[in-house]
Amino acid sequence: MSAGVELDHVTVRFGEFTAVDNATLDIKGGEFFSFLGPSGCGKTTILRTVSGFLDPSEGMVKIGGQNMTGIGPNKRPTALIFQNLALFPLMTVAENITYGLRVRGVDKTARTKKANELLDLIALPGQGDKLMSELSGGQKQRVAIARALAVQPKVLLLDEPLSALDLKLRQHMRSELRSIQRMVGITFIYITHDQGEALTMSDRIAVMSDGVIQQVADGKAVYDDPATSFVASFVGENNPFVGIITRADSSYAVVDTLFGTLRGRNPKGLKVGDKAILFVRPESAKLGTGAADTTFSSKVKSVAFEGNMTHVFLEGVGKKDVTITVGRHSSADIPAQDEIASVTYDVDLGLVLPEGKMARE
Amino acid sequence: MLLGIIFIALVAFWTLFLVALPYLYMVVESFHPNLPPIRRGGPDDFVTLTQYKSFFVTPNSGTVNWTHMGAFGFSIIASIAVTALNFAICYPLAYYMAQAGTPQKVRTLMLCLIVPYWVNEILRAFSLRLLLASKGLINQILMGTGITDVPIDFLGNNTGLYVGLSYAYLLVMMFPLYNAIESLDRNQIEAARDLGAPWWRIHKDVVIPYAKPGIASGCTMVFMLSAGSLAAPQFLGGPRTLWFTAIVYDFFFQNFNWPRGAAYAFILLTGCIILVMAMLRLFKVSLGETIK
Repeated sequence: MSAGVELDHVTVRFGEFTAVDNATLDIKGGEFFSFLGPSGCGKTTILRTVSGFLDPSEGMVKIGGQNMTGIGPNKRPTALIFQNLALFPLMTVAENITYGLRVRGVDKTARTKKANELLDLIALPGQGDKLMSELSGGQKQRVAIARALAVQPKVLLLDEPLSALDLKLRQHMRSELRSIQRMVGITFIYITHDQGEALTMSDRIAVMSDGVIQQVADGKAVYDDPATSFVASFVGENNPFVGIITRADSSYAVVDTLFGTLRGRNPKGLKVGDKAILFVRPESAKLGTGAADTTFSSKVKSVAFEGNMTHVFLEGVGKKDVTITVGRHSSADIPAQDEIASVTYDVDLGLVLPEGKMARE
Repeated sequence: MLLGIIFIALVAFWTLFLVALPYLYMVVESFHPNLPPIRRGGPDDFVTLTQYKSFFVTPNSGTVNWTHMGAFGFSIIASIAVTALNFAICYPLAYYMAQAGTPQKVRTLMLCLIVPYWVNEILRAFSLRLLLASKGLINQILMGTGITDVPIDFLGNNTGLYVGLSYAYLLVMMFPLYNAIESLDRNQIEAARDLGAPWWRIHKDVVIPYAKPGIASGCTMVFMLSAGSLAAPQFLGGPRTLWFTAIVYDFFFQNFNWPRGAAYAFILLTGCIILVMAMLRLFKVSLGETIK
């Protein structure tokens, strides 16, 4: 059984510091929902507020429509998977998995049965008597999932659980987590700073920065239609061109940048004179010449061949390079270092957003 | 390299000459009759169990030595009680300091715990006497507020003894507990809570098993020290209270019967070690863990 989670104007303060600022959000039952943001953006605070370890300074959390104010973490229908897993080192695998049942007074036979069921689910059949120290990182990961699922939570909360694993295992666990979620059908709330994890697993993503939810959308929308300059620069690679809008209508706007006047989509309805940033992703830009207001040029600083693609780094503003990614089968000639390269892009792939905070490099 | 050898040599020297040899002398002493120096090594000097036997049977009258065995039993049981009392006081404090308290509060608490130990033991014991005496502050408050009509004999009923001993060895319990609990990952406490455990189960299932070596270490030391303590029982015990070490002391310094004093001291030591070993086994802690 799954339950939705509602954040109703949730603000969390620690003294003077506002960790989460007025978050309002509706996570549907059975959804795989991710909070994505750099460290310190407030995503873990949100998770701790949902799990009950923190009380919101203002607003309230509802789980399955029920107000959770004053209900402790041991009474909520949630289970939390910690970043360092926090498995009990002195208990066996089976004792870890069934700990939540033991404190609920479930008898031994039922516990053993449940442990075996879950060990099958996490592909560790018959390993219940092992000690935690005998398991590998990926196996511990799965035990932590089983321990949380054993109490049949309506919402599973995951706090960057894959960050301790190596890259290969991490990628494998992504698909495993997704399939476990489909199998058990409960709501997963996933915290991560890794956009790859968020994009591959989630039904929807909330991108956060400085305690503020910047955008809530599915992965494709977050990538293709970022709502703010922060989202545009944090999710995926992006080339920003800062300037002032010289012409604008409801669909497109022209920005006067250090690289000339450049045109892009104007989803936010910016007006002439507004400070704006035009974003063009490296893979959206092509070497060559197009219309005057979608073409710019700069000196090539370096070229990096990466097998399936080639990155061309052009001189940008300050230390930030403009990056162009050329696919394997592109017919364009890769320019040499110090040459002046001309770059163009499809006008619908240029995105004009109001000037704002950018993700740190 | 050289420094290491020097240190080992130094420690070996004092372990041998300052600890092992005198003990050995005492062991030998305890198996001999009490003789004036002039008759030592003479025909009356032989290896005997008399001194040990005298603990069970009074030498001259041949009756069962209830007084000394009673004192032994009382000392052991009272020391167990002091250990339990200290654990009950220190565990919540240590848990608070190690896991729950803010750094500033923990520092203040630590200071309040440590500073009183700068005061010497005699002064501490006598000021406690002042508090607990029949005309002492506590009795005056109790009578002034009308809780009792007659003063309570805190010293005679051994309250003073328990309070004094507990306070004397409070830090000995405190620090091993604090060290053990401090290294526990707080996420484990939260994980247990998140899985539905009420607070007492978190302590029973997560904190105490983890801190077991520290608990064993603290309990062992408090028990050993209070069973072997001399000053607090003498100053704070009731007039009829006989602490076993006081008997040992008297044999050495009042009766000049060193062999019997040595035998009694070893009886105490052996009794304490057997008890501690049994406890460690019961709670499945290895001796090595307690000194970590």
